[in-house]
Amino acid sequence: MSALTGIRVIELASERISFAGKLLADMGADVILVEPPGGDPSRRYPPFVDDEPGENRSLYFMHYNTSKRGVVLDMNDATGQERFRELIEGADILLESEPTTRLGTLGLDYENLRHIRPGLIHVAVTPYGRHEPLSDVPCTDLTLMAAGGPPWSCGYDDHSLPPVRGWGNQGYNTGCHYAVMSILTALLHRHGSGIGQFIDVSITAALNVTTEAASYSWLVAQETVQRQTGRHAATQQTGETQMQCADGRYVNTGVPPRFPREFANLHAWLTEVGLVDEFPEAVFLEMGANWEGPFDLSRIATDDTIRAIFIAGREALQLIASRVSALEFFTGCQRAGLSVGVIYSPEEAFEDEHFIARGFHVDVLHEDLGRTITYPGAPYQLPASPWQISRRAPHLGEHNDEIFQSRE
Amino acid sequence: MTSALSGFRICDFTGQLAGAGATRWLATFGAEVIRIEDPVNEGRWDILRGGSPFKDERRGIDLGGAFNNHNPNKLGITLNLRTEKAKEILREIIRESDAVTENFAAGVLEKWGFGYESLKQIKPDIVYVSNCGFGHRGPYSRFKTWGPIVQAVSGLTFSSALPGMPPAGWGYSYMDHTGGYYMAMAIMLALIHRQRTGEGQWVDLACTDAGLSLNGPALLDWTVNGRAMRTEQGINSNRSQFEAMAPHGIYPAAGEDNWVAISCRHDDDWRALAALIEEDWCSEFNDASARQGAQDKLDDCMKAWTSRHDKFDLERRLREQAIPAAAVQKPQERIDRDPTTQAFGLWPQTHHTEIGDVRVDGNPVHFSETDWKIDHGAPCLGEHNEKVLTELLGMSVDEVRQLREEGVI
Repeated sequence: MSALTGIRVIELASERISFAGKLLADMGADVILVEPPGGDPSRRYPPFVDDEPGENRSLYFMHYNTSKRGVVLDMNDATGQERFRELIEGADILLESEPTTRLGTLGLDYENLRHIRPGLIHVAVTPYGRHEPLSDVPCTDLTLMAAGGPPWSCGYDDHSLPPVRGWGNQGYNTGCHYAVMSILTALLHRHGSGIGQFIDVSITAALNVTTEAASYSWLVAQETVQRQTGRHAATQQTGETQMQCADGRYVNTGVPPRFPREFANLHAWLTEVGLVDEFPEAVFLEMGANWEGPFDLSRIATDDTIRAIFIAGREALQLIASRVSALEFFTGCQRAGLSVGVIYSPEEAFEDEHFIARGFHVDVLHEDLGRTITYPGAPYQLPASPWQISRRAPHLGEHNDEIFQSRE
Repeated sequence: MTSALSGFRICDFTGQLAGAGATRWLATFGAEVIRIEDPVNEGRWDILRGGSPFKDERRGIDLGGAFNNHNPNKLGITLNLRTEKAKEILREIIRESDAVTENFAAGVLEKWGFGYESLKQIKPDIVYVSNCGFGHRGPYSRFKTWGPIVQAVSGLTFSSALPGMPPAGWGYSYMDHTGGYYMAMAIMLALIHRQRTGEGQWVDLACTDAGLSLNGPALLDWTVNGRAMRTEQGINSNRSQFEAMAPHGIYPAAGEDNWVAISCRHDDDWRALAALIEEDWCSEFNDASARQGAQDKLDDCMKAWTSRHDKFDLERRLREQAIPAAAVQKPQERIDRDPTTQAFGLWPQTHHTEIGDVRVDGNPVHFSETDWKIDHGAPCLGEHNEKVLTELLGMSVDEVRQLREEGVI
């Protein structure tokens, strides 16, 4: 039994919330995706299976709607509204991202639905919150991210280049994470108390509080962080942390060596790959390895020895990086105790032995396509109540008969 | 108003953001979160304790602004787990708790004698959630991470970039925030399972698993179509990724380091935008395929136009025409002058015993019946020793004083 087995969720299809529905469905909730006639627009988003468009061939839609069932309802007509009420009668959760006044206009907002289904948890995920007219102004993941703060902190040292928004609809994803956290909180409360509620999730507010130092540097000290290439935006410029390796791929070098053990391991590695003779500064690594007492980096400007050792650590890493692949650099540094990361593209990460060993490749049968498709796996592992893709994404209206006949 | 999670108690070893962010959520909804800290090294398991930013010129282990932001509403006690007495106190706290949470490197808690098997002996239905970069199983389980390393390995750094440039990545620990969100979900999912079955479990959360799962459609494009995101031409992640939209990007506005994001979704948006721009070059791009096919040129034309205007003026004028647009807001702008964050109550003022009054991040949600609330700032080191040991474990004030003198707390 999964953690949410037996919990029924009615999701009014929108690209802004499909990920929240997936997170619930993959934990066992019975999520019924309600689409308008013609289907949700995201059925037409690329990429497609074999690059052939089709309403049941979008990989975007397939990913975000795993483990759900699907029905088509026209919420604009009386029959559709009646069927929606029927769905709510049997539901625990309503998840929606409708325009702020739409459900109220139809007489189907929380104030109405709570009487149809006492204990209902109604979650509205909107761009700026349910009470904010700006939520009804057109927006995209890019514009929500810009308003909510992340791009200000992301980009390059060269500020003539624009701030950068990371890919993957992470603005929507962040709103969805808060929607799911809210639902789980409300479910814990409802158990025993029987009390349902209305929950107002703002996507831009979610982004505003997902910016780490950018927000609290201003809140606490009225200081403004500035973006830097491949590393944290900061109120004062910091040292570079990205290096290019011999195979052209980049690594993030994290915090440079600063403990005796790290200098010793680095020296040993340099010796192992046969580079110690090319690097006269290796003597400083040995000094770092034998350092007694605290290696106080705050004295770097005034203590020549500390500075030389610190610089030798960075230069040794640069030398090794220029001779080995990014993957070798990553695993070599980690074995030396340095917190370094290879900058993988998503598919490279997916094929890495670590994720395969953790069971991240999950095969899902697509009987409709006559093939099995490998999906990304669980974000968390709950052995007693496991994550699982229980079925492929629904075809348009696939479960209308099953769901509505069972009620007649 | 009652609290959503009152009655739940968390024995909490988390720190930084990836862990502390998770129990922060629970604490703001009324769970009793008891932070366990080491009195010997003054709680420096958490590198943010005592670190910048600072509200004023004072410095000290209790005065860190980031730590305060990530730990409001929690109780803080100190336990010197090198001593047997402290271990016994910890066992008693675990016996009274619903969950034990930590984000140490893999294996640390077990080394102290509090691995899952031991926790279960103390409390059979305990929920244990560990959170580390690569999880407790797999070839990299001993590797160390922090947010940027997680982002690098899980593909998120790579996919934030401009063409011809190295990765821009995320200028903050997106995966510490988000790892914390998944940890909060994991704790609550396990508590729901326990509510329904009486059964506890160990959740092995790896932030890199969570990070990699945020690349879904790109991964399916790889497994189904064999298409890689690493290509010769590189990535421009300010462009649209799924739907074909153009222009779609972040463009310069008047003034220093001012920018505006514009998404032109379809022909209607373009016609409305061209009517605002009113320049000859627009006619070249009336066709959607022309806009898609010459995005570099289109972006150059757009830049020349946007850079002559104020970003908030552009935002307003485009929104009036129903074209998606937003200024890239600086922290001061979104915190102090954005009426939507103000109206949402997103920046509550809280009181910290030593720092004084200071604003912190709020939650981006509101519950009609059991909303979140921040009653006090993060705990000072050992601030709640007496409260927890007397009220929860029934010790006397004298016993607590003796533990302090013996170096146990």
